[in-house]
Amino acid sequence: MAATAPPHTPAPAPLPEGRGPSGPSRRSRAAGPGRSSKAVVNTLLAVVTVYTLMPLSWLLVNATKDNGDLFASPGFEPADFNLLTNLTGLFTYQDGIFARWLANSLLYSVAGALASTFISLLAGYAFHTYDWWGKEKLYGLVLLGILVPHTVISLPMYLMASEVGLVNSYWSVLIPGLVNPFGVYLARVFAESYVPGETLEAARIDGASELRTFRSVALPMLSPAFVTVFLFSFTGSWNNFFLPLVMLNDSTLYPVGLGLFNWNATLPQEPQFYSFVITGSLVSIVPLAIAFVALQRYWRSGLTAGAVK
Amino acid sequence: MTTRLGRGQRTTPVLFVAPFFILFLATLVAPIGYSLWMSLFREQATSGLGFGGTETVFVGADNYLRALGDASFHRGFLHIALYCLIYIPVMVGGALALALLVDSAMAKAKRFFQLAYFLPHAVPGLIAAIIWGFLYTPGLSPVIDLLRTLGVEWDFLGPDGVVLSMANAAAWQWIGYNMVIFYAALQAVPKETLEAARIDGAGELRTALAVKLPMIRSSVVLTMLFTAVGAIQLFNEPEVLRSRSSAISQDWSPVMYIYQAAFTEHDYGLAAAASLLLALLGAALSFVITKFGNRWKEA
Repeated sequence: MAATAPPHTPAPAPLPEGRGPSGPSRRSRAAGPGRSSKAVVNTLLAVVTVYTLMPLSWLLVNATKDNGDLFASPGFEPADFNLLTNLTGLFTYQDGIFARWLANSLLYSVAGALASTFISLLAGYAFHTYDWWGKEKLYGLVLLGILVPHTVISLPMYLMASEVGLVNSYWSVLIPGLVNPFGVYLARVFAESYVPGETLEAARIDGASELRTFRSVALPMLSPAFVTVFLFSFTGSWNNFFLPLVMLNDSTLYPVGLGLFNWNATLPQEPQFYSFVITGSLVSIVPLAIAFVALQRYWRSGLTAGAVK
Repeated sequence: MTTRLGRGQRTTPVLFVAPFFILFLATLVAPIGYSLWMSLFREQATSGLGFGGTETVFVGADNYLRALGDASFHRGFLHIALYCLIYIPVMVGGALALALLVDSAMAKAKRFFQLAYFLPHAVPGLIAAIIWGFLYTPGLSPVIDLLRTLGVEWDFLGPDGVVLSMANAAAWQWIGYNMVIFYAALQAVPKETLEAARIDGAGELRTALAVKLPMIRSSVVLTMLFTAVGAIQLFNEPEVLRSRSSAISQDWSPVMYIYQAAFTEHDYGLAAAASLLLALLGAALSFVITKFGNRWKEA
């Protein structure tokens, strides 16, 4: 850190126009950081960029190699271009089980997150809009729920699910994913800033029922919140590994992560899976990476709501 | 704003929160209660030879005592203690440093840097562990090749390196996420405050440490809280690296110990007791962090 502002900062150089978050107000000040410390900061940031992007670019390059070239050619040098061969192999292996895993992941994540987002918004909206006995105590319980270690409740959940016959079924992964206490928290924070009381009052005076007021007045106003909460739920279930690992035996029900994990574990004995695991990892990342870049704005608003409050 | 409802409408809030709380009870509260119950019993063979069926016997605190007396459970806690000691300062400190650097007037291309740091978070933790597993494998890894040309022989999967390797995989995935949180909090620091610091002659570094950092401390405390609760549940990284490293046993971390007790040994009582002990550690850590956090806020 000390390197960012060396003691020998040279004679004050004027700040470039409009740089920095505060723009014009900072421009008025003549003294600014020297050119050398600026270079140090940007070099440092660039080095970290190399670190964060290196594994992804390695994956990209090596998804184009066949099993032989993976070990024979240097890590970052492209060898023969075999991406299409790898993809065909990956998607046709065992009658296309990989595509099945991707579809399962989509089902768990999209259907699960849609339902979970709706449930969270409904609860968050109610916490914001209505007053009832014990409300804040109940809300405290929700906040506590955010901190409960998930790996700890997975085992009893497995035993409970096996008693009601849900183990090794889609439901065993879908149902626990519906509960998202952080989503309720986000929904309440968003409702506070997006849904003005006067609008709801006006809808009521017009004779709309509470449910109708929620559906036709509040829900449209909460659509940015919907996207943000959905995004958090979606990545939460897309990333969930422990629960499916505990609940599922049948490989046709696996989400893509669990399937790749099993292939990865057999690599020391069956090295022919190397290109499958590498190409499969890349394929499983691409949809999420695109969603991340496209929906950056919603991510940021969710993280800000979590950070500032 | 809150609404006082007429007589007929009192049920509305109940209807609105009911779906969430029914599921909350079923998938969060009930499992914790069930764990507590399970932790007091043990399945025992009815005949000493292991023939015949099993019966469930009330054993009181015995499962807890067995877990607490088990050397491999102790080792699990030592492992995660070492992991937390490396991971938490590196990840939280790194995210803070990056956020302050990007926020400083000296950084160019602020949006690009944020995106580049955030992108690894689009990679699921499991896949991140698999990718890093490849980057730790001799013959496959360009990192090992690079270190070798620099004259460094480093075994990422050996007994000395393996904790560091796990911490690195996790930090890679979370550093950008938390950096964005801190950066968002920094954006809320009033411009007047920064201007005042500037007029008082504070340089970039002083402003960052003495003005900006104290103003985002609630974000820092919250991040510490979530990081610590996540870190003690360490499972993905060691479980993935286990197939490549002889330094990682099947019960290397507490969650792995619990998983093994439940699904390999079918000793559910022990697994439940160990789970609750781990949850207790989580609660204690949360309490300590919040307590210290509040003191820092008042200071």
